[in-house]
Amino acid sequence: MVDPFITSFTIFVLAVFVGYHVVWNVTPALHTPLMAVTNAISGIIIVGALLQVVDIGGETITVTSVLGTIGVFLASINIFGGFMVTQRMLDMFKKKKK
Amino acid sequence: MENISALLYLVAAVLFILALKGLSSPVSALRGNLYGMIGMVIAVFTTFMIMDKPVLGLIGGAIIAGGAIGAWKAKTVEMTGMPELVAAMHSLVGLSAVLIAVAAVYHTGETHTPVQKVELFIGAFIGAITFTASVIAYGKLSGRFGAKAVTFSGQHLLNLVLAIAMVGFGVVYFTTDSHAAFLAMVAVALVLGVTLIIPIGGADMPVVVSMLNSYSGWAAAGIGFTLNNPVLIIAGACVGASGAILSYIMCKAMNRSIVSVLLGGFGAEAAAGGGAASGPKNYKSGSAEDAAFLMSNADSVIIVPGYGLAVSRAQHALQEFANLLTEKGVNVRYAIHPVAGRMPGHMNVLLAEAEVPYEQVQEMEEINSDFANTDVVLVIGANDVVNPAALKDKASPIYGMPILEAHKARTVIVVKRSMSVGYAGLDNELFYMDKTMMVFGDAKKVVEELVKGVEH
Repeated sequence: MVDPFITSFTIFVLAVFVGYHVVWNVTPALHTPLMAVTNAISGIIIVGALLQVVDIGGETITVTSVLGTIGVFLASINIFGGFMVTQRMLDMFKKKKK
Repeated sequence: MENISALLYLVAAVLFILALKGLSSPVSALRGNLYGMIGMVIAVFTTFMIMDKPVLGLIGGAIIAGGAIGAWKAKTVEMTGMPELVAAMHSLVGLSAVLIAVAAVYHTGETHTPVQKVELFIGAFIGAITFTASVIAYGKLSGRFGAKAVTFSGQHLLNLVLAIAMVGFGVVYFTTDSHAAFLAMVAVALVLGVTLIIPIGGADMPVVVSMLNSYSGWAAAGIGFTLNNPVLIIAGACVGASGAILSYIMCKAMNRSIVSVLLGGFGAEAAAGGGAASGPKNYKSGSAEDAAFLMSNADSVIIVPGYGLAVSRAQHALQEFANLLTEKGVNVRYAIHPVAGRMPGHMNVLLAEAEVPYEQVQEMEEINSDFANTDVVLVIGANDVVNPAALKDKASPIYGMPILEAHKARTVIVVKRSMSVGYAGLDNELFYMDKTMMVFGDAKKVVEELVKGVEH
């Protein structure tokens, strides 16, 4: 039985390689949108926050659920803000294509 | 159920990778952004699927409130303010990582294995450092805390002591399961985030912002390890790698090693080195009208914009001027140095906002060999990135930094407020060359006069 950590670590190392190669292909002109979209993607941390906002032994308001809720709130700012500002910037680049 | 959710997470992760891949060109980037959004929706709904008794009221409220703030910020932010927005968003990721780790520690009825404890520790401390460091970076970028490097003796020793204390509390938590020790560890990491970033000067902020971008990814990946959640690990690792690459590119563009940036104090030391090159030297100055005449009679013009252009909001007027020149049959292009703005690719966005055609904007490597065949180079609000000392003068602090070789053109026109030195505090021999004409004044005013000059 492989420890779940080893599985996670395997995924992690491979993902670093994928990220490395994908990002080197990003054109320098789009480095600012790249940072904005990675901000949105780091909002994926919302998944971790969501998992804390659960009913624990009949209690809905616990230290865990409240902290998790704040986490969901902060990550949502990133997700909506990140994707929308990326969209706004990319639209600027597209406009001039005409 | 678990298998389906794992597969859906995989779909989300692939969509995130496609979102990054799309950024290889402006056209595919829009599709990529859409993939990213779909990936996020899938990831969130999949999480709902596997959650045991979620408190939907709290979650819904948090998403709506956060989403509204994020959307409002995205709509209203000025493009010059992008670095601050990005820094602020890094801090949010950092803070969420800390909150999730603390929430997991306080999750009653759940025991953590030794491996999970180490993972919680790592996720929390990277998150905490990212949080406070990004807040300071935000303050420096927005001018709230002043951009100066704060250095004092024993700084590195202090950081070392803090780091040891942080690990110490981590070990106490590991062995005793003490919540207090975990919180103490987080508190030390928060302080460490501040002390690590204050010695770094304003000129190095593009590197710092990229680096914090990277940290925010590692923080997300760290939390992914704790929760054994593959989509968090994959997305976090990609973001981490992306930020690391951007830091590397920025360091190379400034000819600085990442270590020396992190150790800090650049602003201070460079200012001290600058005074030596002073003394009266001859330069030619001319009016905007002369400059307009020169450029409208040229075959080819390359514009070198610097951050000074954006500060005086002259981009739109400049593009109007470029259009007029193009109508007269002049080949106009823009040359962008990687550190022309205040974050990677910043100048490209600022020019895009001013509706400069994408094909007219070229990167340093693409355009450098063309300067020698160019009639006129117009340098606006840039200084160090066209300083030939970086190529020739081994004693110069910027020696080795790649520059835009504007000095090779037949004529150089420099628009500048005065003869004062640039960010790095260095004099620029380009300004004293026989073929160089200085046009003094605020960038926006000068460009407006250039427009008038060409119209006549």
